[in-house]
Amino acid sequence: MYTGEILQSMKKVEAARDANLALEPRRMTAEEKDALLAAYHPDYKESEFETLKMGVSRGDKVPHELAALLQGKPRITAADVDLSRIDYDTDVLIIGGGGAGSSAAIEADNNGARCMIVTKLRIGDANTMMAEGGIQAADKPNDSPAVHYLDAFGGGHFAAKPELLYKLVNEAPDAIQWLNRLGVEFDKAPDGTMITTHGGGTSRKRMHAARDYTGAEIMRTLRDEVLNRGIPVIDYTAAVELILDENGRCAGAVLMNMETRELRVARAKTVILATGGAGRLHYQGFPTSNHYGATADGLILGYRAGAKLLYADTLQYHPTGAAYPDQIYGALVTEKVRSLGAKLVNAKGEVFMHPLETRDVSAASIIRECGDRGNGVKTPDGVGVWLDTPMIERIGGEGTILARIPAMHRMFAKYGIDIRVEPILVYPTLHYQNGGLDITPDGMTAVENLYAAGEVVGGIHGRNRLMGNSLLDVIVFGRNAGRTASEKAKSTEAGTLTLSHIDAFLKEREEAGIGDETVSPKLLPVYTHGNPAVPKKPF
Amino acid sequence: MENFVDVFLFGKCYSVPENLTIMGAMEYAGYQLVRGCGCRNGFCGACATIYRIKGDRELKVCLACQTKVENNMYVATLPFFPLIKEGFELEKVSPDVSVMMQLYPEIYACVGCNACTKSCTQGLNVMQYIAYAQRGDFAKCAEESFDCVMCGVCSSRCPAGISHPQVALLARRLNGRYLAPESAHLNERVQEIRDGKFEDLLSALMQKPVEEMKELYNNREIEA
Repeated sequence: MYTGEILQSMKKVEAARDANLALEPRRMTAEEKDALLAAYHPDYKESEFETLKMGVSRGDKVPHELAALLQGKPRITAADVDLSRIDYDTDVLIIGGGGAGSSAAIEADNNGARCMIVTKLRIGDANTMMAEGGIQAADKPNDSPAVHYLDAFGGGHFAAKPELLYKLVNEAPDAIQWLNRLGVEFDKAPDGTMITTHGGGTSRKRMHAARDYTGAEIMRTLRDEVLNRGIPVIDYTAAVELILDENGRCAGAVLMNMETRELRVARAKTVILATGGAGRLHYQGFPTSNHYGATADGLILGYRAGAKLLYADTLQYHPTGAAYPDQIYGALVTEKVRSLGAKLVNAKGEVFMHPLETRDVSAASIIRECGDRGNGVKTPDGVGVWLDTPMIERIGGEGTILARIPAMHRMFAKYGIDIRVEPILVYPTLHYQNGGLDITPDGMTAVENLYAAGEVVGGIHGRNRLMGNSLLDVIVFGRNAGRTASEKAKSTEAGTLTLSHIDAFLKEREEAGIGDETVSPKLLPVYTHGNPAVPKKPF
Repeated sequence: MENFVDVFLFGKCYSVPENLTIMGAMEYAGYQLVRGCGCRNGFCGACATIYRIKGDRELKVCLACQTKVENNMYVATLPFFPLIKEGFELEKVSPDVSVMMQLYPEIYACVGCNACTKSCTQGLNVMQYIAYAQRGDFAKCAEESFDCVMCGVCSSRCPAGISHPQVALLARRLNGRYLAPESAHLNERVQEIRDGKFEDLLSALMQKPVEEMKELYNNREIEA
């Protein structure tokens, strides 16, 4: 399927494959990594960020696109809603139906609470569903939660909140056991030993997987369990504003039907934000591996209600998004491809880095290779480097790709590319929101009775996240929030509902001189694929 | 210069660039998708689509996010299909054939038409995994159905009214819970953590100054 220059470059990759297979590339030193990141990682591009002029994290640096929404115009005013008419009344309101929200619902249900999930698309339309490569847990004899801690802390540039990271690593094996007992089918040897591999920046092989459908397998199982328990799931319904009570505690949310735009009121004793990430904001013009609804809604809702941010200026660009063909431009090519032995190779057929550096370092290295060094392969949509997938079959034997990464094979096969015999072209894609809402170890934000779990949270991973620690995070902190929020619900009552924070926000907005009309939360992106005749109205 | 093709969305003709996916073509035509669009990457099954190329007798199926448009393509999306999902308590069922008979008896009404397999957007052998489910061979049903994204097209084509994705999901959960081997090392580690085995190590790490953590991190041993 490849043509012209691409084909010529691919021949060089093929010619060098034997030599490249034998090569053990050097890992970069700490100094080399620091210099590389500062020069090439998108997070370090000052012009792409601005300082928040208002709100509880005033003075924090965030990307322009996020600033516009955090300081944006609320979709509703207090006058639009009759708070005396309660449509839904529950103990724990969970906003978001991905891995974290579903885990939270199951644990809240276990704790005897009434809970419900609202989600703007369907339960399972979430980044969890798309996580391919795996989930970390230190459960092998040569490993320990302490080693996992060190890997994650260092990989996150020593910025993680120790008390959150402690929870992540120490509860990881229990999370795997919990999932396994819910019926999640992890890859195992015949004797039951988990088949585990490395991820970028891991010092032990602790990546558990279910082929390369790991997140899908986890998500569909959690969804099934939520449905089995009869937990109400209100789909195609977005939260557009949180509701507080007279004491400033969170006490529910205003919901909007995505199809009819009807507004509804949900009252709750505690609320969990599990709304996920922000890839669909396309920071710095990057494509994204994220699902359709990843528009940072939870950050917006939480921020307007008074929840603080942490590290909202750090994003993760997955090193290997598909760079060709353009129909799947930006789609995730799982890190597991490199875990299984595929190396990154430039246009000249040279291995230019160790394939399992941390994601930020790998992404910056690919950007450098394609930029200043001029060693990228030109594609119709941009540029990329080779990921030499046929190496996997050479290392693991014929059949390894179909057995271990069938989704990757299928994704490219639809466009006539057989990754068993041909390498693929990749370039970084916007993948993960490292930062988010600041929480305590029990999952609560700066607003009483408002909890957060999953990608909407910041601080668990520091300033970069390792592969397999996000699936882990949604399970550990989703369950955690489900338990703590349902426990808190036993001793708290929603007071008099109010939306007065909207007026206060509008006033502060005016005082800060913010006049732009960006409406938030964004809820969905708008795509026209370059059709000039289609009006570009926001959703 | 881009080349354009004619695509008929629910029967209405639009001229769209030929390199777009069906989902992209809908957006190019001006649709703001709410339903029928989830992960946009072939994992969530939200964008099940049925189409026919003009003049071609064959009815085809696909995921709209994973399929390029073709000239004279007549497209209907299937953003929702009423599958039967029976509730069960995983801890209270046993992994034998009786659970299938009880929850999804319609699988025994399969007429063997193979329409499910022919309509699978993932190219799975759906009729075969239903046959395994009929026999209570959940391990094989799980293996054969593993890559299912639950788009529901198979069920839309089934004369027996079978909800194949839900049958397969039940089989996989039974297999994962009861039939696949237990992981002894996992259970041991969970117990060690409950016994507090790593508390001292972890709390020591949590208190170390960053410089010392950098030293430890940069010199840690990496498993080959």
